[in-house]
Amino acid sequence: MTSTHPAVELDGLTKSFGAVTAVDGLSLRVQPGEVVAFLGPNGAGKTTTIDMLLGLSRPDTGTVRVLGGTPDDAVARGRVAAVLQTGGLLKDLTVGETVEMTAHFYRHTRPAAEVLERAGITDIAARVVGRCSGGQQQRLRFALALLPDPDLMVLDEPTTGMDVEGRRDFWQALRRDARRGRTVIFATHYLDEADAYADRIVLVRQGRIVADGTTAEIKNLAAGRTVRATLPGADQAALAALPGVDAVEVRGDSVLVRTGDSDAIARHLLTRTAARDVEITSRNLEDAFLALTTAQTGA
Amino acid sequence: MTASTSTRTGVTEPDRRLPALGGFAPGALRIELRRVLRNRRTLAFTLIMPGVFFLIFGLPQGGQSLDNGRPVTAYVMISLAVYAAMVATTSVGGAVATERALGWSRQLRLTPLRPAAYVATKLITAMSLGLLAVVVEFLVGAVAGVRVPAYVWLLSGLAAWIGSLVFAAFGLFIGYLAPAENVMQIIGPVLAVLAMFGGLFVPVEVLPDVLQQVATFTPVYGMGVLARAPLTGDGVSMAAVVNLVVWALVFGVGAARLFRRDTARV
Repeated sequence: MTSTHPAVELDGLTKSFGAVTAVDGLSLRVQPGEVVAFLGPNGAGKTTTIDMLLGLSRPDTGTVRVLGGTPDDAVARGRVAAVLQTGGLLKDLTVGETVEMTAHFYRHTRPAAEVLERAGITDIAARVVGRCSGGQQQRLRFALALLPDPDLMVLDEPTTGMDVEGRRDFWQALRRDARRGRTVIFATHYLDEADAYADRIVLVRQGRIVADGTTAEIKNLAAGRTVRATLPGADQAALAALPGVDAVEVRGDSVLVRTGDSDAIARHLLTRTAARDVEITSRNLEDAFLALTTAQTGA
Repeated sequence: MTASTSTRTGVTEPDRRLPALGGFAPGALRIELRRVLRNRRTLAFTLIMPGVFFLIFGLPQGGQSLDNGRPVTAYVMISLAVYAAMVATTSVGGAVATERALGWSRQLRLTPLRPAAYVATKLITAMSLGLLAVVVEFLVGAVAGVRVPAYVWLLSGLAAWIGSLVFAAFGLFIGYLAPAENVMQIIGPVLAVLAMFGGLFVPVEVLPDVLQQVATFTPVYGMGVLARAPLTGDGVSMAAVVNLVVWALVFGVGAARLFRRDTARV
């Protein structure tokens, strides 16, 4: 990579549609070569953020820099390419014609045969798009995105609506292409996809980033257990200071302690405080995801 | 479209210059034309149907003459050529509505193709199909025995073809008005009514007086008069010229405004 700029710099993005705030002060920096999953439930603001990142819509406030320039310039120079949910295809062109036509719009592209092969659709090049399955059409969109050999590849929920086999084929195609400094940002609401493919996960909820870390770090959020107890007037700061405590939440008379050492916390609560009704629950990644993306309080 | 000499792992970076002409490319235009010529529905309505109309409504008038002695069949043939051309150009322009409905326009925004280059491709495609429609109708006429001086073939053909630019703009106007997959099913009947008022199916003079008055203000009237002028020798009325120019402006400006609304980033 000749560029020393971050691949993506989003700074204080907000975007509202009427009374609904889709993106709410979102800032994110992605370095070249990172594979980042944008993980969140439907309506979290992922697509709106991606639209702004690609220059398809303008933020109400905040700035977008892609590879050191504007999104429009990055698109026009083939430095960024994307596979979007809403990007349509012409049903009456063949797969091969669609690739050929799109290639004409660029100054320079990889050979059509190469992108077809890398997307795994060489065998259906002569098929009319209207007769391709959803998964095949999605791999065609992927082939189109590969044409300019982009520095940054953006994928918005690329496997939505595919069956299990289609999803597997698509990720296999993407993995085959995973290489050599290409930055990849993909939005998904499938936890396993983020886990399997990304090396960094950005969790979004209600237009904000609620967690951002390596896949291992995000998994660690879920590694511990939650100790819940009834403890009126709990000293939140004192509990948070205990060894092994990740987070403490007080909800009325209840206290929730997220920790890697639930035994020690339970012992502490029962012997050193007036806590009662102690419950210990384990958490998995799915719980962490749900907690972070749906609860009112995040990590 | 040449391959770079190595992959990203190697030494060369891909060529990151902007495409010439906003991405407008003869190669893409060629695929676009092939696409149009593959569309059976388009071919049926622009090439076959007007020819069949001539055989049904024109041929039986063989032997009859206009006031200046020229054959009535030529009058019918030229009128139907105008009709064929306007249906052809409208359908290509109107295809924008289909492509917007399918989301192809959005897909194109992820490429270097500038919207103006896209519209230019559509206009050239529309005018190519329009020209083909005129030529096919004239061929049908010629084979069926229509005989007029060479300058009539040429000038009437050119007028029918160039006049259909108004309907290329009309098609784009409709195309940018609303995304719809089946746009021609909606505007096909509209075109037929406009063609009626434009005197393409029957001479305007046989319509009731009131309708004749109305007809002079409808968008096909001007191009119909202009296309038949070389044949009838009636000369070109100011009303016809004004009609053509005004409608060209209305649809052209309308299409441009809707186009800008569509491509604005929100």
